[in-house]
Amino acid sequence: MIFLANDNSCKDTRRYEQPSITVDNAVQMRGVTKIFGSVIANDKVDLDIRHGEILSLLGENGSGKTTLMNMLSGIYFPDEGEVYVEGEPVTIRSPKDAIDLGIGMVHQHFKLVDVLTATENIILGLKEPGRLNLKKAAEKIRAICDKYGFVVEPEKKVYDMSVSEKQTVEIVKVLYRGANILVLDEPTAVLTPQETEKLFDVIRNMKEDGKSIIIITHKLHEVMAISDRVAVLRKGEHVADVDTVETNPQELTDMMVGHAVRLNINRPEPKNRVKRLEIRDLSVNNVYGLRAVDKANFDVYGGEILGIAGISGCGQKELLEAIAGLQSTEEGSSVRYYPEDTDEFKELVGMNPLDIKKAGIGFSFVPEDRLGMGLVGSVGMVDNMMLRSYRDGHSIFTDHKAPKKLAEAVKEQLEVVTPSINTPVRSLSGGNVQKVLVGREIAANPKVLMTAYAVRGLDINTSYTIYNLLTEQKMKGVAVIYVGEDLDVLLELCDRILVLCGGKVNGILDARTATKEQVGLLMTNLQEKEENAQ
Amino acid sequence: MINLFVSAIVFGTVILYGALGEILTEKAGNLNLGVPGIMYLGGIAGLASAFAYESAVAEPVGVVCLIITFVAAFLASALGGLIYSFLTITLRANQNVTGLTLTIFGGGVANFFGGALNTLAGGVGQISIAATSAAYRTSIPGMGTGNWFCQIFLSHGFMVYLALVLAIALHVFLNKTRTGLNLRAVGENPATADAAGINVTKYKYFATCIGAGISGMGGLFYTVDYIKGTWASEGTIEALGWLAVALVIFASWKSLNAIWGAYLFGFLTWLYLYVPQLRTMLIGALNLDQDALQILNLTRSSQELFKMLPYLATILVLVVVSLRKKRENQPPAHLGLHYFREER
Amino acid sequence: MSSVHTVREPLIRISKRSGMPVWKSWLIRLAAVLVALLLSGLFILSVTGLNPIKVYVAMFEGALGTTRKTWFTIRDTMMLLCISIGLAPAFKMKFWNIGAEGQVLVGGIATAGLMIYLGDGSISTPALLVLMAVVSLLAGALWGIIPAVFKARWGTNETLFTLMMNYVAIQLTSYCVALWENPFGSNTVGVINRQTKVGWFPEVFGQNFGLNVIIVLVLTVGMYVYLKYSKQGYEITVLGESENTARYAGMKPGGVIIRTMAISGAICGLAGFIAVAGASHTISTSTAGGQGFTAIIVAWLAKFNTFVMLLISFILAFLQKGAMEIASQFKLNDFASNVITGIILFCIIASEFFINYRMVLRKRKEAEHK
Repeated sequence: MIFLANDNSCKDTRRYEQPSITVDNAVQMRGVTKIFGSVIANDKVDLDIRHGEILSLLGENGSGKTTLMNMLSGIYFPDEGEVYVEGEPVTIRSPKDAIDLGIGMVHQHFKLVDVLTATENIILGLKEPGRLNLKKAAEKIRAICDKYGFVVEPEKKVYDMSVSEKQTVEIVKVLYRGANILVLDEPTAVLTPQETEKLFDVIRNMKEDGKSIIIITHKLHEVMAISDRVAVLRKGEHVADVDTVETNPQELTDMMVGHAVRLNINRPEPKNRVKRLEIRDLSVNNVYGLRAVDKANFDVYGGEILGIAGISGCGQKELLEAIAGLQSTEEGSSVRYYPEDTDEFKELVGMNPLDIKKAGIGFSFVPEDRLGMGLVGSVGMVDNMMLRSYRDGHSIFTDHKAPKKLAEAVKEQLEVVTPSINTPVRSLSGGNVQKVLVGREIAANPKVLMTAYAVRGLDINTSYTIYNLLTEQKMKGVAVIYVGEDLDVLLELCDRILVLCGGKVNGILDARTATKEQVGLLMTNLQEKEENAQ
Repeated sequence: MINLFVSAIVFGTVILYGALGEILTEKAGNLNLGVPGIMYLGGIAGLASAFAYESAVAEPVGVVCLIITFVAAFLASALGGLIYSFLTITLRANQNVTGLTLTIFGGGVANFFGGALNTLAGGVGQISIAATSAAYRTSIPGMGTGNWFCQIFLSHGFMVYLALVLAIALHVFLNKTRTGLNLRAVGENPATADAAGINVTKYKYFATCIGAGISGMGGLFYTVDYIKGTWASEGTIEALGWLAVALVIFASWKSLNAIWGAYLFGFLTWLYLYVPQLRTMLIGALNLDQDALQILNLTRSSQELFKMLPYLATILVLVVVSLRKKRENQPPAHLGLHYFREER
Repeated sequence: MSSVHTVREPLIRISKRSGMPVWKSWLIRLAAVLVALLLSGLFILSVTGLNPIKVYVAMFEGALGTTRKTWFTIRDTMMLLCISIGLAPAFKMKFWNIGAEGQVLVGGIATAGLMIYLGDGSISTPALLVLMAVVSLLAGALWGIIPAVFKARWGTNETLFTLMMNYVAIQLTSYCVALWENPFGSNTVGVINRQTKVGWFPEVFGQNFGLNVIIVLVLTVGMYVYLKYSKQGYEITVLGESENTARYAGMKPGGVIIRTMAISGAICGLAGFIAVAGASHTISTSTAGGQGFTAIIVAWLAKFNTFVMLLISFILAFLQKGAMEIASQFKLNDFASNVITGIILFCIIASEFFINYRMVLRKRKEAEHK
């Protein structure tokens, strides 16, 4: 089943080594190591940050980019290694130490206090002389905004702000503190293309001003568009360091994954395609009452894998959860399920997961949040196996025999590494947690299998295990929905790709003929000319 | 009727201190359910120190009485806060469990020494701290017999006004100073505060210990002024402590709201004593039959139902706040949780 | 490594332990109790000048010295245990039921009321006992359901709501005490049916409190099985972990919250029944006697394991009884027991830290890397 059993080929690249310590560089990290439990997040990383440059920190999910920068900004303390700022050895024990050294980080999850205003958030924790003067601070904020081209409303409460406004507040906060070294963690993940462009303009302005900017990303076109230099991390190691002008996306990808992307995912032709789901005008509002999915229309067929692409947070989560009965839908939405290969259907809108199960509809769902939704972290594999089936039977007690058998089977077939099938799954590694979840959902013999970011954070072997499992299901006639972020995988694994953009279905492509550029374009540019309204 | 308002204000002052301290503590994200225990500690420390001073000195000086009792009560209650802080902040113990234990402990210590003090003084009600009591009860001359306004608002000892000053000072501190802003951030989102360079641990420790000290003033006021220096181990202070916790919720964590909330609680608590008068007034005013409004003819049992009102009002506020979901009225977002930077 | 660097590293770093052998964690808890006894001894010595060893011996005699005293200790253990068992499902669901005190009281009121109004012999004692048990269960359940409904429907903070419900119950008790007072003007209810003993627990195996023990031990085993092996117990576990997971598994979180709080409140109500019909035969605001709060600590420290609750409840009841004994022997007042209880609980709470976390000293860390 696993044909990439011994993938040592990506280990051959020699570790990148930096030159000696010098005051010419803003920051130098030497031999920095961080270990979480049994996972080595960063392994003896050397990294230089020069004055007045835009450095891209490139790497796949889980390659240790954020951990490395968290150590620079004082969130984590390195287990080993030294950090030099302006050639001087420093110890960064807290974010405060980092700020004092002129290092500021904008985290992916914004660190803002919701009930405070923009100004209050920006001046938080500062020891400026004199009494608290919000007006004066607001003036200073406006000055910073004018200088670099931001737009911030100082009096606005954070809970009233859009994501991009919050990000702007975060960046201004760092600048207000006089940071000369800015770390931006995946800043574009939550932005529209227009907002991204604006952000890049601002970043260029800051560079002009002599600041060093580090952008953590895994988006190659952005790396090429904005950065001067690229540092590539792979599995916690710093494997390459190149000037952007001397490289190209293909080469960067090679460095990122260790070998050229020839995924060679086995993709048989679909057979016996039959319509399973018919989604019409499906609209979902998120918890804030904003439209997350907007009149989605598409069909899902048994015997094929439907990929769903889109920048993160543009409705994937809500779409799947709505189909699974976990989200309430808006007026006019329709999800029709065709159990047999006939015109008979069942309307699923208005059903909760229990109704769906009781109606005998074989839905399996691998949610994005594994331990927060798909599994119970504090109990072992056995108790997790019965999460969706614990009600079966008339006894008031749960049946432990069948789940125990299933747990043993999943452990053996998917090679789950765990001390015991009763060890709390929280203490397993990410890959093993995912195997437990996917194993359970497939064991339910579904008619429709929905997966969200099924391989996120997994090593390459486990990823291939998952791809093969999905393909196996497809060949058994299951309708598979695969929400993914890696376009290469989507293009090689799926039969069709549905592209979401801002909650709308922006196009459905044949995965065998589509190109990466086509998908990328659909992800970022809404086909209707709505952006002209701005 | 004027007496009702006078007692409402005096009673309200006891729980106002308790609530103000707890507001400060909770704004830093610590839900300290040890308020009753802390008020006990403040009460007994004030009483014991006054007793010790007055027994030792032939002619006690009022000001010295004040200083000694103040310092003793503040330190004893702050010590309670320190125990809570050490366990919940440094040792990351559960806040509810620790707070409740503090209530058991504080009540135990206070009643233990209170009982000893009674024995020492020769029986319940024999503790004599006349000088201290007098110092606390000194009011502007002539106000107790003046018009209704003077009687209600100006006839009290200084502690009543100190509580008001404290409430306003707390409001200014939380909303108009850098430290206050930082403190609110710690209670709302400690990870953010930490990232902004605020020493979360230090803020939590200080807010909790000082908050406990302020809460303890309620106990002090109760023992040396309100009940004029006696000790009865019947759990009154505990009930007052819980009422203070209720007041924090009632005031939706705003110290200015706590002022009128405290007086309202005091009013509701003593209302039952005046309900018969009220009935007579109503009957007179509305020209009703002498047998009308029997419901207001309180018996000893239905009085007790009246005393439920402050708690029912608090529940009502709690429910309304959760219904309206107005962000500014919600509890501090990180209330009751502990913060550990490297936790992932 | 540069020497400048290592010198400035933090002295102690704290990290989560991945696990600890069970025997070791119990050893730490035992050490905590010993430290607590040492501290309490110092307290006794410094305050009274008495020899702590003598005091402890007296405590032991007070709690377990005679059969009669032992039975009183057992009675109190059962009371505390019963409330803790009631709290267990709520806490496992991460629902902070601080309202046990009130739930016990309303159960007690229901029991006392029935004893008084049906105490004329119109109904046989066994039938009355069953009726009282059922009504107290219902009363406690009602007291538990009210905050649960608001929590389930609007997310109203349950810690504060249940806390307030205690005082509503206390005032309700005061009301009933004034209503039922006997003799008139005493402001106490007095022992109900002193002559006829109608509605009192019968002697079992010649023991007054035999039935208390049977009921509570059945509950101990029942709750253990319920939480560990029943479908509803499974739902509680899942919901306590994550509401999203519960919804994903097809559970209705609101329904589970309300059902669990009904059970939690009902068992606390039953504790009120046991306290009134099986122990004091009267009702007052101190019928619950702060046990509702103490039980919160018991349930939390026992990590929802009802058998561990039995152990902790016994330790606390032992302390209470022992302290009362020394109070009378050495003329201390019996609030000393609350002081000692507080000290012991503080120490056990503190010991949890050393079980869950590991401190990495700078030197030790370096040694590990060599």
